Amino acid sequence: MALLKNPKILVASDLRLGEALFLGPEGWTPDCLAATVAHDDVEAAALEARGKSDVAANRVVDVYLTEVEIGPDGSPVPLHYREKMRIRGPSVRPDLGKQAWLGQSGDVK
Amino acid sequence: MALISEGRFIEDEWRHLAEEEDLPKSGKLIVSQKRLGEAVASRPLDRALGVIVANTANPAELAPYFARLSLIAVAFPAFADGRGFSLARLLRRAGFGGELRASGRIVADQAIHARQCGFDTIEIPHDLAMRQNEAQWAKALAAYSGTYQEGYGTRGSILERRRKAGS
Amino acid sequence: MTAHDPNQARRPNSPTTTYLYDNYDAAFVRERVSEFREQVRRRLAGATTEDEFRPFRLMNGLYLQLHAYMLRVAIPYGVLTARQMRRLAEIADKWDKGYGHFTTRQNLQFNWPKLADVPDILEALADVEMHAIQTSGNCIRNVTADHFAGVAADEHEDPRPTAEFLRQWSSLHPEFSFLPRKFKIAVSGADEDRAAIKVHDIGLRIVRGPDSEPGYQVVAGGGLGRSPFVGKLVREFLPREDLLAYLEAILRVYNRFGRRDNKYKARIKILVHETGLDQIKAEIESEFAAMDRSPFAHDAEEFARIASYFAPPPYETLPAHSATLEAAKKENRAFAAFAEVNISPHKVDGYAIVTVSLKPIGGIPGDATSAQMRALAEASEKFGFGELRVSHEQNIILPHVKKDDLHALWKMLEPAGLATANAGLLTDIISCPGLDYCSLATARSIPIAQAISRRFQDPERQRLIGKLGIKISGCINACGHHHVGAIGILGLEKKGRESYQITLGGDPSLSASIGELLGPGVSADQVADVIEHIVDFYLSERRGDERFIDTWRRLGHARFKDAVRREGEYGADI
Repeated sequence: MALLKNPKILVASDLRLGEALFLGPEGWTPDCLAATVAHDDVEAAALEARGKSDVAANRVVDVYLTEVEIGPDGSPVPLHYREKMRIRGPSVRPDLGKQAWLGQSGDVK
Repeated sequence: MALISEGRFIEDEWRHLAEEEDLPKSGKLIVSQKRLGEAVASRPLDRALGVIVANTANPAELAPYFARLSLIAVAFPAFADGRGFSLARLLRRAGFGGELRASGRIVADQAIHARQCGFDTIEIPHDLAMRQNEAQWAKALAAYSGTYQEGYGTRGSILERRRKAGS
Repeated sequence: MTAHDPNQARRPNSPTTTYLYDNYDAAFVRERVSEFREQVRRRLAGATTEDEFRPFRLMNGLYLQLHAYMLRVAIPYGVLTARQMRRLAEIADKWDKGYGHFTTRQNLQFNWPKLADVPDILEALADVEMHAIQTSGNCIRNVTADHFAGVAADEHEDPRPTAEFLRQWSSLHPEFSFLPRKFKIAVSGADEDRAAIKVHDIGLRIVRGPDSEPGYQVVAGGGLGRSPFVGKLVREFLPREDLLAYLEAILRVYNRFGRRDNKYKARIKILVHETGLDQIKAEIESEFAAMDRSPFAHDAEEFARIASYFAPPPYETLPAHSATLEAAKKENRAFAAFAEVNISPHKVDGYAIVTVSLKPIGGIPGDATSAQMRALAEASEKFGFGELRVSHEQNIILPHVKKDDLHALWKMLEPAGLATANAGLLTDIISCPGLDYCSLATARSIPIAQAISRRFQDPERQRLIGKLGIKISGCINACGHHHVGAIGILGLEKKGRESYQITLGGDPSLSASIGELLGPGVSADQVADVIEHIVDFYLSERRGDERFIDTWRRLGHARFKDAVRREGEYGADI
């Protein structure tokens, strides 16, 4: 077991809806804050294995791990600006996408 | 491998000869293009012979063997590699009249493309045939009552039917 | 014509101005919907894997993007009727989020459909003779044409019949649906090339032969993307009756010999470049000579059938000059600005071509709400024979409006936010959706367009600057055509941040050229500053009415580079 440089979460798209999903303890969730965070390579491999089996089961597609930092409240925030876009929605339409129901602003930090 | 003809799974009378295998005397055999010369020279004329070729094969190099060949199989290294469709057209244009077979992980949604380009049969791996059953192949093949291009397939194109209806 | 064929749709009493499906076309599109419905069913049931499904999903216009699926609806050669535009509005409201995005290939994208709804959306499109066929995938894409087709004063021949002829021929092509890469064809029939034919895989220019017979000049191997190329002339004159046969020859050579080992080297432009022009021409001609031409024996007949649909609408006989228009211009300055900027000459006296800008200041280029779509449909019915066009500049065209009606039209467009007087001006910015939506993007495009638009919002200043095309792409695939923008902007990732490269001197027209890089990338908040430096330098150097591209060509790239570098000492670190 080796500690990861940055913790990771597993991202995918819902096959039926196309929405960005995150793997959490209860399964796939549209809420990034509820994602399971992998801190070491064993945990990351477990997330990936679960992802692979859900691809085979035609639940999700385009699965990948992405690096996050852990916010002051303990919730994961993606490091890359692309993934930040995915957890919110289009920055030019703050009324649409996840940000609309999460009540967040459209600006990407 | 499973063999599909006109949307139906059929019995395959042909056998692919493994590269290291000696040429047997009997049976309908498909040999590699590399062994085609050897097979033509040693196999009795009344024994059916087929060849499997890469989708990059040159039709002119195969043409001298057409009279001896009952089957040409074109390998599809990936289903989305469409070179085999052009090769089929060219083999037909060069005068090959025997069985033309598409061999690879071709999906049911390509049944029409294969037939229109001149393939008689499609040979797919077993695992694919398990997922894409005969009903799916039959349905896919019957998806269109007409297509636009003239000179593809044996049924009249939309353009031909328009013309006949208009005259 | 003989007795009515029961298989063909009854032609209306009045002549049509756009193609109408006969029952064969209608059946084909319906069958395509059923086929896709079955493909979706099989995908959800696990009969196909995502890898197996993807090419078929794409060939029906369906992408998987960052936040949702995206459906790209085909608007063949950019032509829409009012009825079709209304249907797009209904789809936006029923299955999407109340808007759509008009693209640089004259299509329309819905950003939020659900996979299971797409067959129903396609069914709704089929009701109005529309589809999403081949708007993506490694196949022959939706054929584009001059958006002023049939009405432009400088036109020799309407390109729409050719484009429709090709649309039918390319639909579900059995041999050319699994090409090495996508394949785009554009057609133009006027003096000015408004279809950017030299940056397409094949560009067709309608010309007359030695005995004034109709035909085409054929350009091949153009394209943008990672390695941009201006297309090369492969046939000076191709008689019309040989069009399909010759295209088939080109496609067959490409299908067999185009590279499949690297997707960035798979377009025909690379094959032409690596094989050499003379050699590729020889291969095409040799294939063309070897072909059985009997299947093409009736092409001329079919072309004539298609062409008969594109009759001119019942224009009135009017004087070229409109006193009503001139009076309204004097009375209303905002309208006068619109009439000056957004109107192009029509080939019939007393009529004008109106460009409705989808580039409001600070807006999202190419986006239209369902309410705006309905307003456009209504405006076209009231003032333009119910016909609309989509331009590759992401605007909407009303192709035949009486000059006398222009003011009334403007009054209708204005409250809908559709009267921005900036067609062809600096704020008429072309932009791909970029990273706000697209999963391929490396940076955002829209916020850059918005920032530039706000910076240059003063209409006086824009008119002073004159025609200047800014084109923005959010990745190297170049959907925003940045390579051929007089000013091009390319969004990339640099050290974990969005970074923008700026190019100058691109030109999509017959004098096509690929823009040259100004320097290293700048950050998002610096782009508008750099553009301002470039524009100020141009204004200080231009002679008379000289266009930006002409000043750039006269002075040379180095002068612009120097000027921006000097200016940069006070601002952007370019």
